[in-house]
Amino acid sequence: MAQARWHMLTIIGADRPGIVAAVTQALFEGGCNLGETSMIRLGGNFTIMMMVAHAGDASALAALAGPSAERLGLHLHVVPIEGQLHAALEPDVRVTVFGADRPGIVAQVTSALAAAGLNIVNLESHVGGSPEQPIYIMQLEGRAGEGGLEPLERALAEIKARGGVDVRLASIDALYG
Amino acid sequence: MLEILRYPDPRLKEISEPALRFDDELRAFAAALEEARRAGPATVGIAAPQVGRLIRVAIVDVSGRKPGKPSGKPETCHGRMVLVNPEIVEWDGLAIGREGCLSVPDFTGNVIRAEQIVLEARDEHGASSRRELSGFEARAVQHEVDHLDGILFLDRLVSRRADLFQRKTYQGAAK
Ligand SMILES: [Zn+2]
Repeated sequence: MAQARWHMLTIIGADRPGIVAAVTQALFEGGCNLGETSMIRLGGNFTIMMMVAHAGDASALAALAGPSAERLGLHLHVVPIEGQLHAALEPDVRVTVFGADRPGIVAQVTSALAAAGLNIVNLESHVGGSPEQPIYIMQLEGRAGEGGLEPLERALAEIKARGGVDVRLASIDALYG
Repeated sequence: MLEILRYPDPRLKEISEPALRFDDELRAFAAALEEARRAGPATVGIAAPQVGRLIRVAIVDVSGRKPGKPSGKPETCHGRMVLVNPEIVEWDGLAIGREGCLSVPDFTGNVIRAEQIVLEARDEHGASSRRELSGFEARAVQHEVDHLDGILFLDRLVSRRADLFQRKTYQGAAK
């Protein structure tokens, strides 16, 4: 039996109950092992990304998971990755941005934070409010660069000063005990 | 050096017994426990069950940590506290915070804890004390007292996506 290798399996499509169970059952029966996964509903769509260890190549893994995905009308995509477990990057800062929905807000905020040294570990955004008055809410966590939180605070203060959005920055002081 | 037990070692889920004798053996154990705490990177607390002794002894010391942003909320620091038979007798406020554990490597998660507590405990010589703790130090004590009751932070996880309580906030330009 060949050495299992990591692949990233992405599945998207219209959401309905039982998708995760159907797909993971097919993977389990095919001898796969799951690593880290992230599933979230976006605009009513089901989306999931899974690290899957599998002895075959990407097309073999796609063939394995394909039938269960197709039955549920989902799109499936597999790529080999240089993945590893136990390589988590612990975020030390959380940033929340919210305001009236407007084009370019993510690009503006993330560009400013990247220039200030932030490495984004995870990001999630939502459009709330009403259809007539949508509001945009973004939350991200990341690791501050060498300069610490100061440059990030300055970058966010500049964005806030231009108006239209509220921003907040909070440090994540993880406790180990 | 005492060995740190890791989940799923069943001893981490046991309820520990009160320490009854404040003798040299207890003091030697507390010293060994402190040595084990210091061996961990940035470890602010340790509890006896984490090294396989099911007695109600823990150590908390947040004096060595480098805090991020000032929270604007009270943050106590009592230095090193050897806690024998500790009891939390009052709780106030709630805050979400990120925790990790020597016994659960390579994972951190969000946990809701009281922001302020009143702690009664003895030390390794049997002297009793009553302390008011807040912020990170209060969180550390709650994490360690949980260990004495066989509870891991994994038992109290809330979503990493949850942000119910902003523990340390900063209003953009209003510095
Ligand atoms: Zn712990």
